[in-house]
Amino acid sequence: MLMRTEPEDVSASPFAVRGLTVGYGGDPVVQGVDLTVPDGAMLAIIGPNGAGKSTLLKASLGLVPRMAGTATVFGQPVARQRARIAYVPQRASVDWDFPARAIDVVMMGLYRDLGLLRPVRARHLDRARDCLARVGMEDFASRQIGQLSGGQQQRVFLARALAQDAEVYLLDEPFAGVDAATEAAIIAVLKLLRDQGRTVVCVHHDLSTVRDYFTHVFLMNRTAVAQGPVAEAFTQETLQRAYGGRLAFAAG
Amino acid sequence: MSGEEFVPLSLVPLLIGVCAALASALPGNFLILRRQALIGDAISHVVLPGIVVGFLLTGRVATWPMMLGAGGTALVSVLLIEVVARFGRVEPGAAMGVVFTSMFAGGVLLLELSDTSSVHLDVQHALYGNLESLIWLDAFGWESLFDPVALAGLPPELPRMALVALGIALFIRVLWRPLMLSTFDEGFAAMAGIATRPLSLALMVMSAIAAVAAFDAVGSIIVIAMFICPPAAARMMTDSLARQIGWSAVFATVSAVLGYVLAGYGPLWLGRADAVSAAGMIAVVAGVILGLAAVFGPCRRRAGT
Repeated sequence: MLMRTEPEDVSASPFAVRGLTVGYGGDPVVQGVDLTVPDGAMLAIIGPNGAGKSTLLKASLGLVPRMAGTATVFGQPVARQRARIAYVPQRASVDWDFPARAIDVVMMGLYRDLGLLRPVRARHLDRARDCLARVGMEDFASRQIGQLSGGQQQRVFLARALAQDAEVYLLDEPFAGVDAATEAAIIAVLKLLRDQGRTVVCVHHDLSTVRDYFTHVFLMNRTAVAQGPVAEAFTQETLQRAYGGRLAFAAG
Repeated sequence: MSGEEFVPLSLVPLLIGVCAALASALPGNFLILRRQALIGDAISHVVLPGIVVGFLLTGRVATWPMMLGAGGTALVSVLLIEVVARFGRVEPGAAMGVVFTSMFAGGVLLLELSDTSSVHLDVQHALYGNLESLIWLDAFGWESLFDPVALAGLPPELPRMALVALGIALFIRVLWRPLMLSTFDEGFAAMAGIATRPLSLALMVMSAIAAVAAFDAVGSIIVIAMFICPPAAARMMTDSLARQIGWSAVFATVSAVLGYVLAGYGPLWLGRADAVSAAGMIAVVAGVILGLAAVFGPCRRRAGT
């Protein structure tokens, strides 16, 4: 299958990447990637380990330096559209021994509203508690985050993103190392977001759940391999091209 | 001890000790959580080449040229650490280790090569300071605190150190939310619109100011101890960052006061004639507090242990 031709106009896309190249000194880990996420899509970024999936996300957001390329949100550079994005980093990227409770982490999602010195009001706390309730964590609000299970920590991270009330949700491996209950809770929340017309992008590694969870896929292995609706782009053939000989099973 | 003796001899060193301890312990909370605690160690060491350069340029053992020299080398070291870590691709701890040992060694060589034998400028002074010598000769008792003439003779180290401690407290209060956010999750903080790199640099600069202001009065050894011991002990007392900072301030104050008193009177109680170094004793007390917190603190348990 050939690469789908993408529309030149990226202004309609909630998240689009053009010609993105990232290298940490040596060979580029991401090379010349174009990605266009359709409005209201729930898209999985898929590829083998070391394919540059997380790097693609982080470089698009300006969190790691890029050698070339642009990333836009509704046609505007990401740097000017940060308020419309909620980003959920990999759970392992932070130190969970940090002295904070679950509710404190969710409150971080309100930073744009609170700013430097505006006082925290009851409505802010209510909103944070509501976000915890949406991921089923309302009973753990006062628990120190290091004492939560991996799945509970991931749900707190998602609650913090919900508190941002964004239009585009970018999640880096939200299902990595979580229990089944957490996975079900997270996917329910994400599907609800999509039903509200928001756009959801996940770096994802579990090929067996792609058809159930997502509407669109983006396959990559350093370069873009295929993208489009799951039925079109998530095929035996595209998977073989992305994973090469490493694909252990056929995706149906 | 009566006010007539206490106010001129002990009040000022005590207050300077407390201010120096607070100025170091407050930013130390964030440095430890950012795995940058060694920066206090680094800055305290590079102060030595700084004061030597300050002396060589002016030829005088005066406070301001030396503090400017120390501040200059502290900033150079902060930048060098960033450069070594970025371009040498080593972890920050290793970069700090390389930079501060090299610069300290350079300072020692510079000191030996230059003709400083005629003046009182040595490594020991930079390490231990001389807290006990900061006496307030114009004071006669508590009433001197309200006497403008006596206040004019106050050692300048006290207002300087107090101002630095106040400035650092204000810095943390105003930038509390960005500091907490970027310390916990830098990527998320950047996406929330926080300028994480300038903020990180600002924290380094504030720490450098604390270290430079403190070394002159109390020596590097207190700075190194106070950047680490009170915040580390405070972490084991609570699971809230705000309360941790409160505890660290309490521990820093207790270390300074208890350390000063024990250094001055401890040996006498043991039947020895001479007092010991206050700076050394303050650092020891801070270490003992850390040990006690490690054994008895309510929040010692860590995830996965």
